[in-house]
Amino acid sequence: MTWLTWRQFRIPALSVFAGLIAIAVVLAITGPGLIGRTNFSDQDTLFTGTILVLYLLPAVIGVFWGVPMITRELESGTHSLVWNQTVTRKQWLTTKLGFGLLAAMVAAGLLGWAVSWWASPIDALAATQTDRGMLSRIMPVVFGARGIVPIGYAAFALALGVAVGMLLKRTVAAMAVTLATLAAVLILVPAFVRPYLLPPQTETVAIVGKDITNITGNDDQGITEIGMRQPAGAWVLANETVDSAGNVAAPLPDFVQTCAPRPGAGPPEHGSMEACMAQLGAHGYQQRLTFQPGSRFWPLQWLELALYLAMTALLTWFCFRRLRHLS
Amino acid sequence: MTVLKAQGLGKKYGRKQALTGCTLEIEAGHVTGLVGPNGAGKSTLLNIAAGMLEPTAGTIEVCGGRPGSGPEQLAKVGYVAQNTPVYSGLSIEEHLRLGAHLNPGWDASLAEKRIERLGLDPKQHAGKLSGGQRAQLALTIGIAKRPELLLLDEPVAALDPLARREFLQDLMEAVAEHGLSVVMSSHLVNDLERVCDHLVVLVASQVRVIGEVETLLATHHRLSGPRRDVETLPADQHVVSAKHTDRQTTVLVRTEAPILDPVWTVAQLGLEDLVLEYMSNPTAARPALEVLR
Repeated sequence: MTWLTWRQFRIPALSVFAGLIAIAVVLAITGPGLIGRTNFSDQDTLFTGTILVLYLLPAVIGVFWGVPMITRELESGTHSLVWNQTVTRKQWLTTKLGFGLLAAMVAAGLLGWAVSWWASPIDALAATQTDRGMLSRIMPVVFGARGIVPIGYAAFALALGVAVGMLLKRTVAAMAVTLATLAAVLILVPAFVRPYLLPPQTETVAIVGKDITNITGNDDQGITEIGMRQPAGAWVLANETVDSAGNVAAPLPDFVQTCAPRPGAGPPEHGSMEACMAQLGAHGYQQRLTFQPGSRFWPLQWLELALYLAMTALLTWFCFRRLRHLS
Repeated sequence: MTVLKAQGLGKKYGRKQALTGCTLEIEAGHVTGLVGPNGAGKSTLLNIAAGMLEPTAGTIEVCGGRPGSGPEQLAKVGYVAQNTPVYSGLSIEEHLRLGAHLNPGWDASLAEKRIERLGLDPKQHAGKLSGGQRAQLALTIGIAKRPELLLLDEPVAALDPLARREFLQDLMEAVAEHGLSVVMSSHLVNDLERVCDHLVVLVASQVRVIGEVETLLATHHRLSGPRRDVETLPADQHVVSAKHTDRQTTVLVRTEAPILDPVWTVAQLGLEDLVLEYMSNPTAARPALEVLR
């Protein structure tokens, strides 16, 4: 069974690994030049590109490795050839899934490691920032392109492709459903699950002019919110103004609305708005920050990897259950 | 010895009943043809026997075990599915390698010799083979596995008459050489007549008749004569079908005894006519059906 699985899988597998080698070469050439720098503005394209590639990899694995692994056999009828050799369906699926999962995890592990290495000088600088300028590695989008979670994404994507393929039995439809489901999970987990994998920390700070990093508003409502300087390298979930009783002040009280520049008056003098907004502090208002500190990067990575591996196990269980009913 | 024994076998797809209450027994050492109209359940029966499908009712025993129950069972039964699927991306050589890797009992020299005798290029990709060649490759894998029972589901349906004849000829030789039992379905009675020594006629998933081809031919008679009621026929004559015009009656009877009544004109039937009579008369004109051996 190993020989047949490898024979069927080698072209999709080698194509992906060839792509990974090309990416690795680019990273190896540009990576050493980043060490010791403090300004990475010229690296925007590559920085975004590496993140994109890490999110594309599970999609490619699910759609081009997972789905056809089963649907191609069902569509061409070859499953009835292979299931009637002296190999049980279970052995057949175990070998195929095992091979696929291993290759997927190795591919994602290597790419994740390479990109994490390449981006380490950028991440190190981002970890020292207290304003909203750079994305630290614990923040959504970057988080999924660093460390070990890509391994979980890849394993999940493969098992998802196989399971959807078994369910729909049609390659194209299964590819579309796999892609949509994977995208939904990759968006929903950072939004609704990851922030709560560990209970977030909160910190209430005084509103001081020099620590105000942003003031947001619009023409209709005036100034709607302000942001305060955050802990370095943290993933801030909420940055909100609270009154002396601890209730969120939304909208902000009327007395700060005069801080906004009058229409047609031109840009306000540097620091003047911040100083004006600092009146909030005098009135007993404070700023409450809810965040995951940067030091939780690895605990969150392990927890999320465990979450994805658990989902992979669930899908694998489903595949073996479903196998009996295929024909 | 019995290679296939089914008891009240049924298969339901949702609400659709593909096979109901199918009971039959097939002896070892024969080439048995399975005929019947489309939808009679031939493919379903073979798929259940191969372990591809699980029956929803009844029991089936193939070579003494439950179909698809484990490697030992799989080794005993060979199956070539409808349309004879093979991996289009793999060469003939690689198919034989697949067979060798997946079957402990693989007969490599048999497989290689067959491919050579068929004049196929081992390097050729299976996707480029003609329908006949593909069927031959699938059959080669089925035979080289050295099963006790080989199940073939309409193996020649897609082939032209020449390829069909070659395929069946070849099947016969393999059967003679290796002494395996074969159950093959087809709706082409002429083809089955050439290779099968036993026949099962399946109509609406019921076995209408089962028996040795020679016996079937020898015991069926078409009688025609002046109009009369079929109830007046001797008790040992089982009426398969009866047709009446104003003056004349034509009946198909099955009997082991000679036809003595002088008013009848007696004619023998070919196998195809015989099968067609059974298929077009799902229930006997006068019941009584027993298995002919």
